[in-house]
Amino acid sequence: MDDEDVRTLKAVFDRLIPEDQFGPSASKVGCLDFLDAQLTGGYGEASTLYREGPEQPHEEQMLQKAQFIAIPRERYRAGLQALRAYILETDGASFADLPPSRQDEILAGMEQGTIKLGMALNTGAFFELMLTNVREGYFADPYYGGNKDMAGWKMIGFPGARYDYRAYTDRTGQKLNLVPVSLVPKN
Amino acid sequence: MTTRRTNPKVDAVIVGFGWAGSLMAAELSRANMNVVAIDRGPWRDTFPDTPLTADPDELRWKTRRELLAPPHDTTLTMRNTLDQTAVPQRDFGISELGGGVGGQGFQWAGMAWRFNPWDFRVRSETIERYGMARAEDGELQLQDWGITYAELEPDYDRWEQIAGVAGQAGNLRGKLTSRGNPFEGPRSREYPTPKLKTLRMMEIFNKATSEMGLHPFTIPCANVSQAYVNPLGVTMAPCTYCGFCSSYGCGNYSKASPQTCVFPALLNNNPNFRLITNACVTRVNKAADGKSVTGVTYIDQNGSEVLQPADIICLTAFQMENVRLMLLSGIGKPYDPLTSEGVVGRNFSFQTVSGADLWFEEDHINPFIGAGGLGSQIDDYNSDNFDHSSLDFIGGAGILTLSRDGTPIANANKLPPGTPRWGSGFKRAYSNYYQNYGVLFNQGTSMPIKRGYLDLDPTYKDPFGLPLLRLTYDYARNDRAMATFTMNRAIQIGKRMGASQFSAFNFAEKPFTTAIGASNHTIGGAVMGADPTSSAVNSYLQSWDCHNVFVVGASAFPNNGGYNPTGTVGALALRAARAICGNYARKPGALQKG
Ligand SMILES: Cc1cc2nc3c(=O)[nH]c(=O)nc-3n(C[C@H](O)[C@H](O)[C@H](O)COP(=O)(O)OP(=O)(O)OC[C@H]3O[C@@H](n4cnc5c(N)ncnc54)[C@H](O)[C@@H]3O)c2cc1C
Ligand code: SF4
Repeated sequence: MDDEDVRTLKAVFDRLIPEDQFGPSASKVGCLDFLDAQLTGGYGEASTLYREGPEQPHEEQMLQKAQFIAIPRERYRAGLQALRAYILETDGASFADLPPSRQDEILAGMEQGTIKLGMALNTGAFFELMLTNVREGYFADPYYGGNKDMAGWKMIGFPGARYDYRAYTDRTGQKLNLVPVSLVPKN
Repeated sequence: MTTRRTNPKVDAVIVGFGWAGSLMAAELSRANMNVVAIDRGPWRDTFPDTPLTADPDELRWKTRRELLAPPHDTTLTMRNTLDQTAVPQRDFGISELGGGVGGQGFQWAGMAWRFNPWDFRVRSETIERYGMARAEDGELQLQDWGITYAELEPDYDRWEQIAGVAGQAGNLRGKLTSRGNPFEGPRSREYPTPKLKTLRMMEIFNKATSEMGLHPFTIPCANVSQAYVNPLGVTMAPCTYCGFCSSYGCGNYSKASPQTCVFPALLNNNPNFRLITNACVTRVNKAADGKSVTGVTYIDQNGSEVLQPADIICLTAFQMENVRLMLLSGIGKPYDPLTSEGVVGRNFSFQTVSGADLWFEEDHINPFIGAGGLGSQIDDYNSDNFDHSSLDFIGGAGILTLSRDGTPIANANKLPPGTPRWGSGFKRAYSNYYQNYGVLFNQGTSMPIKRGYLDLDPTYKDPFGLPLLRLTYDYARNDRAMATFTMNRAIQIGKRMGASQFSAFNFAEKPFTTAIGASNHTIGGAVMGADPTSSAVNSYLQSWDCHNVFVVGASAFPNNGGYNPTGTVGALALRAARAICGNYARKPGALQKG
């Protein structure tokens, strides 16, 4: 990923999880660092996928779900490249420099299938990949580089990596105000 | 495959060291047999894999699924009908196979069921109560198990004692009580540990269903409720309701697993037992007479081929791999879906799931407090507990709610229909509904069909170059009707529970797919029965074709009940082990007449 890709991704992530009264933005809590670490590791290489051929034209239809042999690292590269080319053509600019309302319009189009970034790219699936990963970064343990200050957990009221709730099992239906804890003491 | 060597011969070899394999190994070695267990995965245990300081990690265990065997190493192909070309399941889907010793039992949730007595005799009971036309509708392939619930009861009991199951009896030696499940088969004694606490979602469910005249009870689970010592002398600690349970290990020694409940008794200073890890069995070797086998072949971690001779071979490699190994080894006649002849691959079934997602307002469900098997259920619409005379299907579903799974990555998908999935709208909704979400999950029976079966895929191979298993299956018309019926019951219950919004779901309204995880309960393919022309194994799970092969797992169920399978797998393993130690060891040969 080059600087322009990172700039685009930061802008996308911060529209998917923007800064507002509910909590900080995706990039503020480290979701880009999170993604970087994930793509460098086994996840980025799809080390768990069965990638043997032949690829059948009807795989997706039979399984009712998008199928990939391409690894996430490649999918990001191809997806961001296609996004860059698309915006250059439609708006003559970079995604990161567009006004938020236009950015949202493009993202919604990708999500709903009204925008196709290119023939070779499953645009909806690329959108889902980014949404999945930004949420992971926002809600995974801070150990993985995102969810700084456990902001994602504080937003919804998840107490984190606790291991014993026996003191609370009888207090059903009550607000417990538990302070979240992380696997790592400092983050 | 560079070299080839042969290990010393043993009395019994166990292929796969999950619940089924470890229970058999423990019982056989207790009877002074010399036992070797072989598992494809690495050694795995609470230390060093999932201690308290590593277990509460959603990304690692539940999202990235690090405890499972990757599809890269083991997967299957699928199609719905015979005329289609099957495609490989490339990512994690309905099969969540164990990735190390302990198998799936290391990271299961712990719902610890017995099947309903009806489940064992679906064919006979259906004919008796509703007539032949209901049992023989042209599509279904119903057959009895060759044993009754009553015959299996002592083995269910021992399995529950080993696992320390927490629960409350609903039918104690025929005496019914509504504090437990009044629809369960008669139990010879209480559960070994008391039921767990009733948490918020369960309270709401219990109140609504009681008011509707239904019979809610706490799901029996292998998340033990108090300090416990099992019959093998192993100690367990009370569950702390940590909530990092299904898909996780247990850092607390509270969730029953092969590691926690069986390994210590089996592995400590036991000269009768040896475990070989990182070794994949590729074949069972048939004897020259074709009526018995001589041992197994495996590939060790260096890629060398090794022979392990043994007098008795137990296939306990999970439902799918059991069937694949039988097909690869030529044990039993492969099933032909056009003629319904043959036995290996026959009667695949699944779990027919429908239900409803529910959202409440201003509640504090505190979903992070929970345990893998914890929830409430009604069995009023399960099995044949209600009259089907005026309905167009047999079977039903346990309708349950869960007190578990309050983890934030997965639950970000659990928002009311129409809610934005990103942006401030998403953040607002999730801030509100994280505390207000619940589910009604209908875990339905699944009936086998003539055209549903398992065989070897003609195209796709595993890393050893062996064919993947191919699954041909779609939901039966019967099961689709059942799923719709129970979905409608769930909607009624959800309304009564006071949900402000709900969204019903029914996996059976679309064609079956392995890619969308309705359940991981794959069933059948080497089914048990009294007739060798329609079953691969007898009621002791002994192969009809090779008398020294026992095939143990959910592969043996001729149909699936409206419950999770593992209690019945455990009971059948103990029954098979009992038969081997008692009768077979003394007089090797067929234990039953076909
Ligand atoms: C997340 C999750 C939650 C679950 N929750 C529940 C629940 O609440 N209640 C319930 O009843 N069930 C539940 N299950 C299912 C349950 O875990 C399984 O039914 C049960 O553990 C199966 O036991 P098994 O011994 O038959 O097979 P497995 O546990 O799959 O063990 C098979 C073993 O064989 C090994 N093996 C496979 N192939 C080979 C080979 N060729 N050579 C050598 N070794 C091989 C594997 O490595 C594995 O260790 C759950 C499963 C998962 C994954
Ligand atoms: S919920 Fe209970 S049984 Fe499950 S992992 Fe936590 S302590 Fe163990």
